[in-house]
Amino acid sequence: MGIISEIRDSISRTISRIFEDEENAKIGIYGPPNAGKTTLANRISRDWGDDAMGAESQIPHETREATRKKDITIEHDGRSVTLDIVDTPGVATKVEYEEFVDYGLDEDLARERAREATQGVTEAIHWLKEDLDGVLYVLDSTQDPYKAVNSMLNGIIQERSLPVVVVANKIDLEDASPNRIEEMFRQHETVRISGLEGNNIDNLYETIAEEFGG
Amino acid sequence: MPELETDSDGVPIDMISSERMEGMASIEKVNLILDSVREGKIVILESGLSPDEESKLIEVTMSEISPDGFSGIEIESYPKQEASQGILGKILGNKPSKLTVIGPANQIQTLHKDSDLITALVSGG
Repeated sequence: MGIISEIRDSISRTISRIFEDEENAKIGIYGPPNAGKTTLANRISRDWGDDAMGAESQIPHETREATRKKDITIEHDGRSVTLDIVDTPGVATKVEYEEFVDYGLDEDLARERAREATQGVTEAIHWLKEDLDGVLYVLDSTQDPYKAVNSMLNGIIQERSLPVVVVANKIDLEDASPNRIEEMFRQHETVRISGLEGNNIDNLYETIAEEFGG
Repeated sequence: MPELETDSDGVPIDMISSERMEGMASIEKVNLILDSVREGKIVILESGLSPDEESKLIEVTMSEISPDGFSGIEIESYPKQEASQGILGKILGNKPSKLTVIGPANQIQTLHKDSDLITALVSGG
């Protein structure tokens, strides 16, 4: 059995666990590590659901397994859309356990986190290619968006013709430059927000209702 | 590919033409790239990879990462001409990216990148 087949078999077992009963559109929150995906997922979940989805952290790859929050109904201006929100691990091309040690984790924990992170990246790519109905693509406005991983994920989104809302996050930070994100993703709707502070979050909800509401 | 005796102080670079990649299946391209990168080489692809091929490259990379060995790859390419929406846009959107540089994460670091220039720092293994 080839390595791709082995990966797919492993992933399909996990997909069955995450997506076992399908009713609502499944919207995946995607982006690089530390873009603020879980912070945004938690804000959406608190604003429209009943509790947070996952732990937020400055340490990369804090989210190493997808978490799904079902039946999130977002309402805006008479429109409403009910979604299942899936917070996914950040997609990266490298995972170095030493980075986690630098954040203060002991070596065994860092190695385990690195192993889980590699699995999480693979799963996130598979869900995007096969199981999601739309994407919230979250980027840190202080970082250069012209990265190969962003181009790759954007290419897959286009191949699948998935509806997407690009989120230029962290606009509360002094060196934020969301115009670079708007330039790179100019064929998609981009909303500037701070998931942490809640800046412009109503505009995001309005765009979600429009893009994913059908 | 003929074996090359490399000087331990130097960093070998494989520049792979689009003709060489043209007739290869995706997994063959992924294996060719990763075999070279795992040997400590920098790979420069004349015509890059499609998004699906890049995603396969990342998936296989993730499966090969080990704490005391291979830590992954760095990959950079010039931004693609943005595709417009519609049928033509989808076709253009699936085109491989332009010239692409791939190397071991512990040896290559992107210093600067814009629409027509990539500056990378390569250190010996």
